[in-house]
Amino acid sequence: MATADTKLTAKKVKFVVTRQDDPKSASYTEEFELDYRPGMNVISALMEIQRNPVNLKGENTSAVCWESNCLEEVCGACSMTINGKPRQACAALIDNLEQPIRVEPMRTFPVVRDLVIDRSRMFSALKRVKAWIPIDGTYDLGPGPRMAEKKRQWAYELSKCMTCGVCLEACPNVNEKTDFMGPAAISQVRLFNAHPTGEMNAEERLEALMEEGGIEGCGNSQNCVRACPKGIPLTTSIAEMNKATSKHMFKRWLGV
Amino acid sequence: MKGFYSRKLHSLLGVIPLGFFILEHMITNFSAVEGGSQGFKDSVALLNSLPLVIVLEIFGIWLPLLYHGVYGMYIAFQAKPNNTRFKNERNLRYLLQRITGVLVFAFVIWHLYETRLQVALGNVTHEELGGVMHDIVMNPVFFILYLIGVISAAFHFSNGLWSFLVSWGITVGPRAQRVSSYICMTMFAIVAVLFTWSLFAFRGVEFQAEGTALLETIRVFVG
Ligand code: HEM
Ligand code: SF4
Ligand code: FES
Repeated sequence: MATADTKLTAKKVKFVVTRQDDPKSASYTEEFELDYRPGMNVISALMEIQRNPVNLKGENTSAVCWESNCLEEVCGACSMTINGKPRQACAALIDNLEQPIRVEPMRTFPVVRDLVIDRSRMFSALKRVKAWIPIDGTYDLGPGPRMAEKKRQWAYELSKCMTCGVCLEACPNVNEKTDFMGPAAISQVRLFNAHPTGEMNAEERLEALMEEGGIEGCGNSQNCVRACPKGIPLTTSIAEMNKATSKHMFKRWLGV
Repeated sequence: MKGFYSRKLHSLLGVIPLGFFILEHMITNFSAVEGGSQGFKDSVALLNSLPLVIVLEIFGIWLPLLYHGVYGMYIAFQAKPNNTRFKNERNLRYLLQRITGVLVFAFVIWHLYETRLQVALGNVTHEELGGVMHDIVMNPVFFILYLIGVISAAFHFSNGLWSFLVSWGITVGPRAQRVSSYICMTMFAIVAVLFTWSLFAFRGVEFQAEGTALLETIRVFVG
């Protein structure tokens, strides 16, 4: 009898998941209820649903699709909207969430299926702004200039970006009406332009920010800096790049 | 024109010349508080005595206002506000910047129609504008609409100045942006109070002389 009692009183966790069968179909919500386990997070709950895809009504359903890799908040793949906030599902502990837990895809991006989104626009933005350091030559270019340790530590903070897309989801200026690239790529320009070797191509990156859909798309809502899970000073990066692009504009006009 | 440059121009025009103009307008109106009807007339006369006043008006007010206003409407409607999900003060100011922009757009058209356009059409003279204002603000509905208009404009300009400082990379770090927030919001309070004060002054009986009295005379003649 004791086991039956514990079963009756076992803590449950309720989920409301926004689902979508394919990129073009309409979305719908489905509810799930799982047994509570200590330390569980949204990803482990989704795994539970995958093992036993039965919804709250007791109907068999398809397993909910999602993406994840690292499971330690460094790859950015598992970003989704949880109780209205865009964040990493692997770091979203059930204990800290209000129930029912509402899980939705980050709809700023095209939805592939259920919680899986297509973040390609972020990777194209990184390509557009040349967020890398060109070091290849037809001959050995030798060692580059050294970076001061203090600066390296500072740059490390900016390099933590995992292209997760949370800052784009939080930005009111990133939407279907605009082509704004979003805060992440702008901050990467600041990172690569601060690097002693990367600096050699600084102007190319600034000019990329001055193209259509570049830095001018920022409207200063400053949601990005508050939403970034890595605590990247995005608004400082944007203002710094505003300064650099403004200077570059005058420099080009005046030819100095 | 490429997005970057047209947006930079929009930002610049918001402060130079439009920001200067709104401050000048605030001071001119305040002469109605300080000097009453005659004080306001003197201020208007002083402005009209400026050399090349029409050129100053066209290049210092009309064209910049047209560009900033039309492009501003485009920017405002490109936003997809998310203030219920992201409740922070900067995001609220982002939304208010857009709402006040749209309100100011409507207000400026109405206000220009009633004042500058009537002067241009020869229906009233510059000297009679104090009276025209008196008639408008004595109507309780119009008075409320004018209050909304001037307070919106005060906010739009002050918060716009804050955002201008970020857009040009003048205030970069969080501390600089916080300090400039305090300064710009204090400025909002001052500009809003001074404009409101002047609106109350225009309700004074001494302004009646030109406006209503003029209308009364016409009515007497017609009747
Ligand atoms: C006539 C209707 C107007 C509309 C529709 C309008 C619209 C806008 C919008 C949407 C913005 C936000 C731009 C951004 O943050 O990305 C803005 C910025 C601004 N506006 Fe206006 N505006 C108008 C009139 C004015 C006037 C009369 C002034 C001057 C007193 C003014 C001063 C500014 C300033 C200083 C900015 C900040 C520029 C920046 O962020 O770089 N605006 N306006
Ligand atoms: S800047 Fe922060 S929020 Fe934006 S993509 Fe990078 S890690 Fe995510
Ligand atoms: S799985 Fe990598 S951040 Fe969540």
